[in-house]
Amino acid sequence: MSIDNKIVEKIAKLSRISLEDNEVNDLSLELSQILDWVEQLSEINTDDISPIFSSFDDAGDINLREDIISDGGYRDKVISNAPMSEDGFFLVPKVID
Amino acid sequence: MNELINLSIKEALLLLNKKELSPIDLIDAHINEMEGARSLNLFITETADLAREAALSSEKNYNTNEARPLEGIPFGIKDMFCTKDIRTTASSKMLENFVPPYESTVTKNLWDDGAILLGKLNNDEFAMGSSNETSFFGAVKNPWKNSKKNITVPGGSSGGSAASIAANIGIASLGTDTGGSIRQPASFTGTVGLKPTYGRCSRWGIIAFASSLDQAGPITKNIEDAALVLNSICSYDKKDSTSSNKKLPDFEKSIEKSIKGKKVGIPKEYNMDGVSQEIISYWEKGKEWLVESGAELVDVSLPNIKYALPCYYIIAPAEASSNLARYDGVKYTHRVDSDNIIDMYEATRAEGFGSEVKRRIMIGTYVLSSGYYDAYYLKAQKVRAMISQDFKNVFSEVDVIFGPSTPTTAFEVGEKNDDPIEMYLNDVFTVPVNLAGLPALSVPVGLDSNKLPIGLQLIGNAFDEESILSFGRCIEKSANFNSTPERWWKNE
Repeated sequence: MSIDNKIVEKIAKLSRISLEDNEVNDLSLELSQILDWVEQLSEINTDDISPIFSSFDDAGDINLREDIISDGGYRDKVISNAPMSEDGFFLVPKVID
Repeated sequence: MNELINLSIKEALLLLNKKELSPIDLIDAHINEMEGARSLNLFITETADLAREAALSSEKNYNTNEARPLEGIPFGIKDMFCTKDIRTTASSKMLENFVPPYESTVTKNLWDDGAILLGKLNNDEFAMGSSNETSFFGAVKNPWKNSKKNITVPGGSSGGSAASIAANIGIASLGTDTGGSIRQPASFTGTVGLKPTYGRCSRWGIIAFASSLDQAGPITKNIEDAALVLNSICSYDKKDSTSSNKKLPDFEKSIEKSIKGKKVGIPKEYNMDGVSQEIISYWEKGKEWLVESGAELVDVSLPNIKYALPCYYIIAPAEASSNLARYDGVKYTHRVDSDNIIDMYEATRAEGFGSEVKRRIMIGTYVLSSGYYDAYYLKAQKVRAMISQDFKNVFSEVDVIFGPSTPTTAFEVGEKNDDPIEMYLNDVFTVPVNLAGLPALSVPVGLDSNKLPIGLQLIGNAFDEESILSFGRCIEKSANFNSTPERWWKNE
């Protein structure tokens, strides 16, 4: 599976990372190498195998708590690390014209 | 002063409890060492003043006989654990100024038991790396130079956590292990590193890398100290839905349990090309030591283990690409301004993340993207199920699995930076364990001809840390590894 510059640019867009031209070239090479390497998984027949998404699946049930409010009221703390905020809100560039 | 920094947790507690040692003197000794070792680049944030304050209360607690289990013991903490009101960076420019308003559960457990924070330790950026060279704050140096007197890497991603213990700065440290990030650096630095079973320690407040694999654990000077730290950090936590509520044993009691009659699985697949012959010889010696202690060796097979690394390098980046989506220039300190919100996201992430993190986010985004999900991500999760089943089959007949921790000893700084895959191969023995969620530890056994430490790995069945601790103690006694690095950094 070869990753060309066009695919790299598409993935970068999906990842919300802007890239310089030289980075696109390097990444198309590196990502191709990595994907060629992981391609060896196609050797294995997994037709009858159910996937697992966590080793916890069979170590016990996921512990769900009751759906009640148990915490909160920390607006100022939550906002304290925001690069820009005002009146307790996160500030972002204008999104609606 | 110097003798104080050599003490293990157990030794220090003994003296502290007899009031032959003051926690203030102990902390001062470690702070002094920390400040004299800045050339190793171990700490991102030092917290000496807070540590001295905490030592004063520890002293009071000893004087009033109210000392807690780890009262006055200095710890370094990997900078992946959120510490309340203390900068926590994940060694990334993205979080350079992030100050968490809350404390991670595992570190809270330590402080509740009287342990004292010495500082926040350097690691690979967002725990992605095997050499601690991807940190925004610069590479960590391994206290162990090689026989050519060149600087080596401490391994990664918990490089600062391992190197600090090798240098006797802090008595124990915490790391995180997603694919070997505790065990591989422990092996490179001649320290003990233990990854508990997935679910033993709460992940709440640990900066997420790959949530189905991440687990916190200790790096210590010996097996006994690892058990003491486990006793403190393991707990059921309602704030982590994958935290286990299984009953916790007293890990300290398990270390002297006899291994007589117990079965040790020797996986034939671990005898692979590219593994240092000197490591293989120590593995052979290790088998003899276990047999001398009455254990029985059993040849076992983990047929799908050769697929563990490619499987991991689909799953871990996939989870990372999702977890790291939150760093968008809105909530976490770093932003590159722009009038357009999409441009702001893209510029912030381009500037805030280093090249290895970007590479993994992009791989993860690709394998999760429409049209490729089944071929890569789902396929990898099926292979993961097969690897997990291999381990289950083996653990139906043995108590532990025994093998090397790493294929080589520490390499030189810059040696493996050109080829990402060559770097990934470092974790060939450690990654399978994370995919299956099992506990494992690395214990130092000797030095190779390059004068660098060799570690061997014990893997246990799920929730059986006790067996790897008792086997680890047995190897530790037989190996009697007591070499220490020359303290060259004191003069730099």
